[in-house]
Amino acid sequence: MNFDLSDEQKMLAEQARGLLAERSPFDHLRKLIDACAEWDQALWHELGEMGFLGVTIAESHGGLGLGELDLGVIAQELGRANAAVPFFSSIVLCADAIQLAGSEAQKAKWLPLLASGEVVGTFAYAEGPGPALATGTTFSSAGVNGTKTPVADAGIASIAVVLTASGLVLIELDQPGVTRTKLESFDQLRAHYSLSFTNAAAEMLPGKTSAATLLDRAAVQAAFEATGAAEACLHMARDYALSRQIFGRPLASYQAIKHKLADLAMLVELSRSNAYFAGWAVEQSPDQLPAAAAAARLSAIAAFETGARENLQVHGGIGYTFEANCHFFYRRERVLSVHVGNREYWADRLIAHLPGTQAEAA
Amino acid sequence: MDFNDTPQEATFRAEAKAWLASNAPSHVVPSGVMLDDAEEVSRGKAWQRALYDGGYAGITLPTALGGRGGSIIEAVVFAEEEARYNLPKGPYIAIGLGMAIAVIARHGTDQQRARFVEPTLRGDLTWCQLFSEPAAGSDLAALRTKAVAYDGDWVVNGQKVWSSWAHRSDWGILVARTDPKLPKHKGLTFFVVDMKSPGIDIRPIRQISGASDFNETFLTDVRIPDANRVGAPGEGWACCMTVLMGERLGSGSEKSTVGPLIDYALATPGHAGGTALESGGIRLALAQALAEEQGSRYFEARLRTMVSRGENPGALAGMVKLAYASRLQKTSGLAMELRGLDAIAPAPQDAATREVQHDYIWSTVMRIAGGADEVLKNQIAERVLGMPGDVRMDKDVPFDQLR
Ligand SMILES: Cc1cc2nc3c(=O)[nH]c(=O)nc-3n(C[C@H](O)[C@H](O)[C@H](O)COP(=O)(O)OP(=O)(O)OC[C@H]3O[C@@H](n4cnc5c(N)ncnc54)[C@H](O)[C@@H]3O)c2cc1C
Repeated sequence: MNFDLSDEQKMLAEQARGLLAERSPFDHLRKLIDACAEWDQALWHELGEMGFLGVTIAESHGGLGLGELDLGVIAQELGRANAAVPFFSSIVLCADAIQLAGSEAQKAKWLPLLASGEVVGTFAYAEGPGPALATGTTFSSAGVNGTKTPVADAGIASIAVVLTASGLVLIELDQPGVTRTKLESFDQLRAHYSLSFTNAAAEMLPGKTSAATLLDRAAVQAAFEATGAAEACLHMARDYALSRQIFGRPLASYQAIKHKLADLAMLVELSRSNAYFAGWAVEQSPDQLPAAAAAARLSAIAAFETGARENLQVHGGIGYTFEANCHFFYRRERVLSVHVGNREYWADRLIAHLPGTQAEAA
Repeated sequence: MDFNDTPQEATFRAEAKAWLASNAPSHVVPSGVMLDDAEEVSRGKAWQRALYDGGYAGITLPTALGGRGGSIIEAVVFAEEEARYNLPKGPYIAIGLGMAIAVIARHGTDQQRARFVEPTLRGDLTWCQLFSEPAAGSDLAALRTKAVAYDGDWVVNGQKVWSSWAHRSDWGILVARTDPKLPKHKGLTFFVVDMKSPGIDIRPIRQISGASDFNETFLTDVRIPDANRVGAPGEGWACCMTVLMGERLGSGSEKSTVGPLIDYALATPGHAGGTALESGGIRLALAQALAEEQGSRYFEARLRTMVSRGENPGALAGMVKLAYASRLQKTSGLAMELRGLDAIAPAPQDAATREVQHDYIWSTVMRIAGGADEVLKNQIAERVLGMPGDVRMDKDVPFDQLR
């Protein structure tokens, strides 16, 4: 058994971590918020140049042609840094949908642009409150009609994969049939829009891959992202507690704090372990993917939720300030807890696809 | 990343599988069958004897000591295969193999090794652990049982408690205070004691489960020859650490406790018509428990990978038991709630519910023994996260000046 990342994957993670520590420190995030920036465009292009955006995109389409775990280690680092980039929308969701369900022409046209970062894409699935995969939007000979909302990163995106009653369609957003309305986003570093379509021109994604499968695959990456973020919360809380003196000794020496963080450390490890398995299953055991993705997602939500909340708690009053760094994760956590299906969606999916006996044999 | 055995592991696994297939079935205890204590011990000894004859007793122990001289990963592989059979392997065997032999091999004399190791591997000797006392559990070094050197022997007086299977054991591993003038960790010495020695009085304790697997053990002027002292006087704490390291590795469980619960919910009518599994609350609770169980399984796979590379997971390994114990309590508790009032008084033929009741009772032990939850959390905080140790008022004070 070799249930660990490969040396190459560990190196990839280190590179991403180094770059993000340098280019996207928390002070930089604060500046982006103050400037009302929707994203960190410079960082995005740098990620593209370094090949991080095309990790799972085929070499023939300008990517690196690597696997889901390679993408996962990058998602984990982006989560740790809370970076303000549309990685999840553009790469994990949009590019993946095109790569799996797109025609040869669609792939040839869009994947190289997505891999380089020149074009940003997004994936529109929700339609207000209600199920994650909503299909009130229609696609007919007249075009696409309906409203998808909220849609992450739709302000900077040029294309969107849109879930309609007839399946997945690809829409170029710069056209008269599309109206984008910016919404106020709870996460100041991830903008959300409402997208209204009136006879908008669109193309089908002809492949058979279902939206539910795309969500499974995205959930694996969401689990990696949340694991990285939860671990960042753990370390931030630990470091603060070590430096803060209370009643004559370090805050970190009190059991109430030690036990809280030991519990969190355990949740982070369980979450990481499930994410590893789910990342492995994407390619090696697709039958197990729905259950593995669901388990990874549920574990990751549990770890990040605890991390975001308890990190702020350990900081006390300073945790409530914009100058401290807890709030980035406190807000991002809620995004990750509800995008690509909430806890209830994944609980249902896990129960409907109980882990197979293959895992048992493994 | 893969789940495959290395070629050597695969060869070993195939051998172990084949050997078990021809030797294990006749020793299997059908599940649900309750044996009386004497019968259970004799079956446990017989299976241990079979392991020894097959060359699978003491897999990691050097051949010079009667072991197999294999690797840790071979021991893990064998345990995985062995766990496919319900074999009699109680504390009376496990304490000897995991604790007594470990200490004697590491801290003992050649004579002690010759006398105890092979007979224990062969299943001829059963062992109990005489560590805990009424005032010394997690804080083991607070123990008060005294051993005083006298005429080439040691004379032991004190009280031990929670001594599992002491009433059916040939020998005990014992830690006692030999120098109360030293701080508490420094004045301890380790012994092996013949449980038939005069002055040992073993009284069963009635447990919440109804059984009496553990005991109070009173020691009154018990004479232990100096030849049965293991390690130097004052080396007792180091010996205890050797024991506890063994105790805290691999305390998880292979068996899914959530899977059967999902099957049960599927087969049970719910409040609002349909099955119980259609209730959102039940689905969520079961799915979260299952996600955690899966996470633990893959976490163990990561630890196993570290071990096979010769790395030591240290206090990280404590997370397996920490997660398992609480999950067992949660899921067996939930299993009872799912059954409604039937959980309290099931029909006579309903063995599954009785097992759930048993798990609910047993989960409390998992959270206390072999490193209590709170103790494991301290270790994780201190050794994995690098947080400061607890304030210890008694650490450097001579034991006889405490309190
Ligand atoms: C079924 C069973 C079988 C056993 N078999 C044996 C045996 O064969 N031989 C043997 O020697 N012993 C045996 N034990 C004893 C076992 O090792 C002890 O119960 C265990 O070490 C805990 O000690 P204690 O019971 O004294 O509880 P305590 O140590 O008094 O703990 C009470 C509570 O305090 C908490 N606590 C302890 N220290 C700290 C701390 N530093 N910070 C915060 N909280 C803390 C604990 O977590 C627990 O919740 C057995 C126990 C059980 C239940």
